[in-house]
Amino acid sequence: MLQSKPKLNVLEKRAEIIAGLKAVLPERAVIGDDVSLKPYETDGLSAYRQMPLAVVLPENEAQVVAVMKFCHLHGIRVIPRGAGTSLSGGALPLADAVVVGMMRMNQILDINYADRYAVVQPGVTNIAITQAVQDEQFFYAPDPSSQLACMIGGNVSMNSGGAHCLKYGVTANNLLGLRLVTIEGELLEIGGKHMDTAGYDWLGLITGSEGQLGVLTEVTVRILRGPEGARAMLAGFASNEVAGACVDAIISSGIIPVALEFMDKLAIHACEAFAHAGYPLDAEALLIIEVEGSDTEQTEMLARIRDICAVYNPVSMRVSQTAEESAAIWKGRKGAFGAVGRISPDYLCMDGTIPTSQLPNVLKRMQAMSDDYGLKVANIFHAGDGNLHPLIMFDANDVESFHKAEAFGADILKLCVEVGGCLTGEHGVGIEKRDLMSVQFTPAELDQQRRIKTAFDPDWLLNPSKVFPLSGLSAAA
Amino acid sequence: MQTNFTTKQLQNPEIAIANNILRTCVHCGMCTATCPTFVTLGDELDSPRGRIYLIKDMLEHDRPASEEEVLHMDRCLSCLSCMTTCPSGVDYMHLVDHARVHINETYKRPLTDRLLRDVLAQILPYPKRMRAALNLARLGKPFASLLPGQSMLVKRLRAMLNLAPVKMPVAQSLGGTVHKAIGETKGRVALLAGCAQQAIGPSINTATIELLNRLGIEVVIPAAAGCCGALVHHMGRHEEALQAARRNVAAWSDGPEFDAIIVNTSGCGTVLKDYGFMLRDDAMAAKAAAVSAKSLDISEYLLKIYQPSQVAPAITVAYHAACSLQHGQKITSAPKTLLRKAGFNVVEPKDPHLCCGSAGTYNIMQPDIAASLRRRKLDSLKAKSPDVIAAGNIGCLTQLAGDNVPTVHMVELLNWMAGGNKPEALNGVNK
Repeated sequence: MLQSKPKLNVLEKRAEIIAGLKAVLPERAVIGDDVSLKPYETDGLSAYRQMPLAVVLPENEAQVVAVMKFCHLHGIRVIPRGAGTSLSGGALPLADAVVVGMMRMNQILDINYADRYAVVQPGVTNIAITQAVQDEQFFYAPDPSSQLACMIGGNVSMNSGGAHCLKYGVTANNLLGLRLVTIEGELLEIGGKHMDTAGYDWLGLITGSEGQLGVLTEVTVRILRGPEGARAMLAGFASNEVAGACVDAIISSGIIPVALEFMDKLAIHACEAFAHAGYPLDAEALLIIEVEGSDTEQTEMLARIRDICAVYNPVSMRVSQTAEESAAIWKGRKGAFGAVGRISPDYLCMDGTIPTSQLPNVLKRMQAMSDDYGLKVANIFHAGDGNLHPLIMFDANDVESFHKAEAFGADILKLCVEVGGCLTGEHGVGIEKRDLMSVQFTPAELDQQRRIKTAFDPDWLLNPSKVFPLSGLSAAA
Repeated sequence: MQTNFTTKQLQNPEIAIANNILRTCVHCGMCTATCPTFVTLGDELDSPRGRIYLIKDMLEHDRPASEEEVLHMDRCLSCLSCMTTCPSGVDYMHLVDHARVHINETYKRPLTDRLLRDVLAQILPYPKRMRAALNLARLGKPFASLLPGQSMLVKRLRAMLNLAPVKMPVAQSLGGTVHKAIGETKGRVALLAGCAQQAIGPSINTATIELLNRLGIEVVIPAAAGCCGALVHHMGRHEEALQAARRNVAAWSDGPEFDAIIVNTSGCGTVLKDYGFMLRDDAMAAKAAAVSAKSLDISEYLLKIYQPSQVAPAITVAYHAACSLQHGQKITSAPKTLLRKAGFNVVEPKDPHLCCGSAGTYNIMQPDIAASLRRRKLDSLKAKSPDVIAAGNIGCLTQLAGDNVPTVHMVELLNWMAGGNKPEALNGVNK
């Protein structure tokens, strides 16, 4: 993967820079030796690796400001990092960059049930927000599959989604306010503890900006009162296309289940081995459909969904009877990517999103591509949103297999754009889809976007080499 | 995840195993979230994924362990919470075991560190030496807080003195004893009496034997069996660990077959269940595998046969899940089911997956992290207002003692409700 050229003057002054960082931060917050830097060379997309110049682990906002001022003064690139679970390589370092790890800023600062918000530091994990409020029957809605580990700062930067976003919207729809530090070390406060501020939607601009406009230090999220109850239903089908058609039928009937997830046969077997959820092992494709509300609401909605499913000759249908059963069903789904690690040493996870009416067509064409490339693909995705997650299985110890997987992935994403969809639903562009951005956008559109980045960060020090193809960079920067 | 071992390196069976483990990891990062040291220290290097990466790099380059790698490996509690979380099924336990052996063979620790490790390895596995040491430590206990300085050595000494019991229990020496069943004999088991446990928690073995006898089970403690080897195993002292394993396998394979080998110290149980792997290339491999297959935690064994004989008082028991039970052996519900069957009101703390910081000798070797984990665990347990804290591992019980809630092994509560004595720890609880 092509990276922007490292700044030689920065590389040469490495020792001084590390000493300088130690002067503005506590000793324990700076990592500068090669052995210790190694585990920071990659994130959730381990096919791409690059050793950073140094790593810093600030413990408070003042330390973040100090780091940013120092790096800005010396023209040093900065890579923000949360839990390092990005599947698009969002936290991949550069050789001349300082990685700013936010894991130590993991405090929940304020919870207000009356006005339904929580103020948290960026290093709080997604699930920790829900755990902190669930005794009061509240929850934070967006639930990426990595919610156990991924951190809210990263969720905001990538505008993360999740299974239950079908009903509740993605991160952008559940945010109220942000504090961030610019590359100059200036503190910006955007939004607040209430909906909508007058004027431009700055919150919307920062959300999904992949750490290119500033480093987040505080996030105010909307918390919601939980439903009276929820039930998950499993419906197995004889083929991917039939299951895809069923998804479209459910959505176009006007029903919005709280989650509508798809797994194909490979995924069903891998997840069953991990979660023992009782998934139908004889089905080619499985839909996990969850409804919520009062008992009557659930029963009525499940009946309507069953009627729709019945049209597609399901091989099995089962409604979860207990909370434990539902928990196991979701444990399997949420651990699905990792579970694929049981059947393949490596995978690339795509994130293309398509109109639901295109599901049968795209699933069929992906299978044909899989045969052409000779690489297996497991499908586990947020079907209700048309957000695909084909996991292309390959062997990283075999270079040819990796290159084939990359090419296969690019073809899938081009197909998504071709049928009226887009490159990314929730994982962000990162390094992975950077060079495909020109498939989706014209040069003029990309230049407009680059100008926004330049307005915040004129020297392109913050997480550069991501999101935008490198070829057009100099024109805008 | 990609690995870079040469064909020659892979000919080494140990490296081939490590390579297979590394290839299972997809670097998703789920494990970081439930790792006690990552949660406490907030550094990738103190997470399972970070350690896996450090180990990978160290082994690929076949280089001696460096100070940094040792620091982060030493901080690992071996609680195996990561293995419960891992969706890919990465065998972290055997990878970190391998790394510890590599460290032990290639890294020269500072003198005080070496001495302390030697002393611990020479004392803890031997009940008589342990008692002598504890008697000495008790003399020093009042002066623990007077030790000057904040160096690691001083902190470790202070931690050791703090762990010494205030009152020394009566000596116990169970080696070579047989305890007949009461009434009809329904089964015959061997009991691992534990090493440190005989010195500091003899009431646990007493309650276990009484309870099993009452349930019609004969209990044998062969004279030749001794320490399970966990202590030296976790220090990377491979050969010493194998010696302990061989001695025990021989002791339990001798004579008429046992129905089961019962363990009431779950830290040891995890290692017993691994004897089959540890001795896989040994002449005793088959016997070791059989011993592992027969090793059961006392809660597993009791699940089918336990019957209380009296009505429990209204006591709230906070069940603390020892990591060796919940993660190492994946036993999560049996102890709670038994305590409920005995009639107690059972509660659980928030974040039950997090270690209390005991972890063998961890609370001596890593006093700061261990103290922080202890505080966190005690706070979460006490938030449930229990009358007593129960666990299935003496290490945890020692670690959590000394606050204002008594700690007791769950088997002592079960024995009490089956007609045994009220556990001494509960004397202050008047219900």
